[in-house]
Amino acid sequence: MSPQGGLRVLMDSGQIGRTIRRMAHEILEHNQGTKNLCLVGILQGGAILSQRIGAVIESIEGIAPPMGTLDITLYRDDLAIRAAPPFLRESNIPFSIDDSRIVLVDDVLYTGRTVRCALDFLMDLGRPSSVQLAVLIDRGHRELPIRADIVGKSIPTSRQEKVRVLLEENNESVTLVRMSS
Amino acid sequence: MNLPPPIHALEKKHLLSISDLSVPEIEGIFQTAESFLDLSSRSVRKVPSLRGRIIVNLFYEASTRTRTSFEIAGKRLSADVINITTTQSSVVKGESLLDTVRTIEALGADGIVIRHSSSGVPQWISSQVNCHVINAGDGLREHPTQALLDLFTIQKRKKRLSGLTVAIVGDVLHSRVARSNIAAMQMMGMKVRVVGPPTLIPREAKQWGIDVFHSLRDGLEQVDVIMLLRLQLERQASGFIPSIEEYSRLFGLSPEKLSWAAPDAIVLHPGPVNRGIEIQGEEMFSERSAVLDQVHHGVAVRMAILYLLMAGGRPEEENRAPA
Repeated sequence: MSPQGGLRVLMDSGQIGRTIRRMAHEILEHNQGTKNLCLVGILQGGAILSQRIGAVIESIEGIAPPMGTLDITLYRDDLAIRAAPPFLRESNIPFSIDDSRIVLVDDVLYTGRTVRCALDFLMDLGRPSSVQLAVLIDRGHRELPIRADIVGKSIPTSRQEKVRVLLEENNESVTLVRMSS
Repeated sequence: MNLPPPIHALEKKHLLSISDLSVPEIEGIFQTAESFLDLSSRSVRKVPSLRGRIIVNLFYEASTRTRTSFEIAGKRLSADVINITTTQSSVVKGESLLDTVRTIEALGADGIVIRHSSSGVPQWISSQVNCHVINAGDGLREHPTQALLDLFTIQKRKKRLSGLTVAIVGDVLHSRVARSNIAAMQMMGMKVRVVGPPTLIPREAKQWGIDVFHSLRDGLEQVDVIMLLRLQLERQASGFIPSIEEYSRLFGLSPEKLSWAAPDAIVLHPGPVNRGIEIQGEEMFSERSAVLDQVHHGVAVRMAILYLLMAGGRPEEENRAPA
């Protein structure tokens, strides 16, 4: 099944496109339209995905929801145990999040720690009326009590594996990579 | 998606001198500072990156803006910031500098921000302690964070650094701000001039590769940035200038003298300003003055420095790590 040893393709371009369209429909169904709806992608994996979902929502409803990006680096809980501080990327939320219905978007949900950072970050920006979580891949192994509201695909994985999501133009795939120990 | 290129991490434990930094490191500090600028417009103006860390401001000289700026920068990163003003500390009981610093470290400080009237003190301290040391001004030698925030301010206003001409005007002799700025500006490809009476320009200035002017009119011609220095009134007793009135007439900036510079030249001053001496009628050219920008950007630049130096592993843990 794997073209190369240790690599397994889980989703191809067609499957990813259909899954993103379903996720956009589910977001609209959950929120009964686009009223106060905002998409916030977690950098960097969630940024392109949130734009893709936003484009589908616009094609369905005719309205593009406001979109932003979050860099959660400053909120990480492992800063003190890393050798060097990680690079910062620019967070960009060009709208007030007070009373908005925020959909946090990330490509892979794993331990849940990134989502915890993003929630803390959002709460420092204001008081949204609700926050939902949409992920393309849920690979399990949660370390915090966090779950996604909208899931593209659930994939059982081992901790020795890595899920690689590529959403570049003409180069889309979800691959499971076995890490050599 | 246009993501900015990754910034250059600071691969050092202390910030003691501009000459310790490389050009990519300075650019990395500016890029990091940029992302901290947004913080002041948020509802919660804090991020948790340095939570649980202790930063001690140890100032052996008077300071308002540098100390407050470091304090705000540390607090916005959620560090606990403690100010020690030496006139209210055991220093007045005769405690030595080394004992004071070792006590602060034993109390649990992760970083010491130090200002001292003797040149070289931060360097020496950094060799004696295990925590991070940041130079907030030592004697006549350096004030690296001031130079970085000045350059950041110039870059924000002018959209570039390389190729700009800067005139540093006034008491260069007694100015650590000028020394750090000249070093940083030359690194970033700017052309530097110093302007002032011969008694206030150090004799070795020409060897620094800068132009020296003793006439303000000649010195300001076609400059893009005017950096005024504070006339150090507390040091004038030794007679470096005939009178403050004469200095002000010859080297104080006024709206009329500003017209000698390039039409879009900006004006910087590290503060505190002696109103009526270094600047007259600033209200007439307030849109060209970047003095308050310097203060505002100072917090972001110092946050960037604290983050890049301190947000990684704690220094004592590095030392304990097995080889």
